[in-house]
Amino acid sequence: MKLMWFHLMPYTELPDDFREKNPSVWVDIHSSLFDPRRAHHMYNDFMDELEFAAECGFDAVCVNEHHNNGYGLMPSPNLIASALARRTTDTALCVMGNSLALYNPPTRVAEEFAMIDCISGGRLIAGFPVGTPMDTCFAYGQNPSMLRERYYEAHDLVLKAWTEPETFAWNGRFNQQRYVNIWPRPIQKPHPPIWIPGGGSVETWRWCADMDHVYAYLSYFGYKAGQTTMTGFWNEMKRLGKDPNPYHAGFLQTVGVAETREEAYELYREPAEYFYGRCLHIDARFANPPGYTSEATIRSGVQGMVSRAADASAPPKYADKFQALAREMDGIVDKGYVIIGSPDEVVEQLTEVATSLNVGHLMLLLQFGNMGKDLAKYNTKLFAEKVMPRLKPLFSEWEDKWWPQPMAKPDRAELPSFRPTTMAAE
Amino acid sequence: MTEPETTTVEINGFSCRVWKKGSGPKLGFLSGFGGLPKWVPFLDALAREHTVIVPSLPGFPGGERGHTVLDSHLDWMLAMRQLLLGAGLDGADLAGSSVGASLAAEMAAIWPQSVRRLALIAPFGLFDDSDPPTDPWAQRAPDLPGLMCADPAIWEALKAEPEGLNSPEWPIEQTRASEAAARIFWPLGNTKIERRLPLIEAPTLLLWGAQDRILPRSYADKFARTIKGKTEIRVIPGAGHLAELDRPDETAAAILGWTRQ
Repeated sequence: MKLMWFHLMPYTELPDDFREKNPSVWVDIHSSLFDPRRAHHMYNDFMDELEFAAECGFDAVCVNEHHNNGYGLMPSPNLIASALARRTTDTALCVMGNSLALYNPPTRVAEEFAMIDCISGGRLIAGFPVGTPMDTCFAYGQNPSMLRERYYEAHDLVLKAWTEPETFAWNGRFNQQRYVNIWPRPIQKPHPPIWIPGGGSVETWRWCADMDHVYAYLSYFGYKAGQTTMTGFWNEMKRLGKDPNPYHAGFLQTVGVAETREEAYELYREPAEYFYGRCLHIDARFANPPGYTSEATIRSGVQGMVSRAADASAPPKYADKFQALAREMDGIVDKGYVIIGSPDEVVEQLTEVATSLNVGHLMLLLQFGNMGKDLAKYNTKLFAEKVMPRLKPLFSEWEDKWWPQPMAKPDRAELPSFRPTTMAAE
Repeated sequence: MTEPETTTVEINGFSCRVWKKGSGPKLGFLSGFGGLPKWVPFLDALAREHTVIVPSLPGFPGGERGHTVLDSHLDWMLAMRQLLLGAGLDGADLAGSSVGASLAAEMAAIWPQSVRRLALIAPFGLFDDSDPPTDPWAQRAPDLPGLMCADPAIWEALKAEPEGLNSPEWPIEQTRASEAAARIFWPLGNTKIERRLPLIEAPTLLLWGAQDRILPRSYADKFARTIKGKTEIRVIPGAGHLAELDRPDETAAAILGWTRQ
């Protein structure tokens, strides 16, 4: 299986009384809480961590896009991916991803992703999220009643821009361009693998099946809450006659590994409570603008409410998810938001996660909340040395058809070693 | 309270419900934010002197998913024009509230002959940087009734599923009404209608709930100043944004006084 190292880039210095004094970490979080001089260090630490993860042998490093957000400092993940392309050699670069409807024109995404693919020698995974309501409708002012249709059209446009050799006119419902002809073009043919981070909607599952894209469920609530969604996904795949290839899916899991479970509990308690207490403090008024959720999805929710009520372990509906979550370490661990333990215990739990959810792409949050660089590196290194080798053989009977196909190593550019300016001055 | 006569008008392949009640000169009414899932006392008050005709807006309760094919402002204008023609309202008096009031004003601006006298209750369409409206779409569900009506219970009762209906479609229709309003007014409520207000020749009554928590009272002045025809502003005491729901008799009386002229 593939083990992927995911960074959200949370601002690590939100105050202790953040929850009490502020309505939301997202959309209208106050600028006075942001210190650019501290963010300078955060960004550099985070990029060190991503580079370190690549050195440790993770299959991919992952970045994503958020706006007006105190736990996600990457309005443009492409900037980070581009820097990583120059400081890593063989690791896949998973941009998870660009919210297509936010780019005008959407061919901007086709261009930037093609640039990253060229710079990196074909190591890009192209993620296309719709984007959360907070990012798209509120921060970026997109119309919730048109967001999905714009998203689907932008997806078709980007795909055609990558694959059509001739200059063409795009005569879309929302986008009209007389001359589409992107330079550069991606290395990977016909195009970089496309992964779709999605929620639990049947339409998204069917669309991923039709398009042969990876479906990735990026929940912060761990494998227990993820079971319902992933079971729904695989049932739908079966109904559509698709193979249960675990590489057709991705799943995000937060993990803290240490020598013992007790040590892990102590080490990761503060960053976990920071993440679930402060980073996910989201004002419910931004959670569900009308039209964002399709009527078919609402319908399935309405009808499923009775059965959900009977199943106390099922995830609460999106609108109040953020209000009902556990914020203290015992609850965080009990509910499976964060998996902690010794390497043996983590191997055992992640094997269970991967096999029960049938997920071949495991995206790991090994830095979370206000975790500092030393602890993030400790977690990353211990995971790479003691956990990763024992998980890799899982699903070896399946082919990963959705993984980047880079240029052969001898054909790729040699990266010069990095010279700090102090050296250059000598 | 007797039931209105109900017919439908087809707009772009979607059906829009048209209620009709009363006798006398025709008076159209275009509903406010959230639409009219039920007949309301305000419409009975208007029906005492008029044949009241209430076409539901595309995407609003009774309007199916008609909003989903309206991508531009021109699409909306043409749909509304077809709706008024189909409902037999061409040349009649026209009243509207909130979202519907903004659309009524557009009709009077673009097709000046289509509206005799105009009555607008707190119309959408403007955004003043120094006095912005409340964002009606970024609200926790329990807060919305108190923003729409001075008495939240009135909005809650209008939006409550009728006893015994047990339809999963009911709440979906209520959300859809909010979405349809968002489709034309997202994100600020600003359609730059001030550019078209000088085209309105119809005498225009502007009604504002004294406790409107969505649109500032100053917007009434801007509408009155910019509309070409004769205007008058009346504030309805005790009413919120949807004055016709909070104070049906007073709001209807003001409109009837205007259409009698």
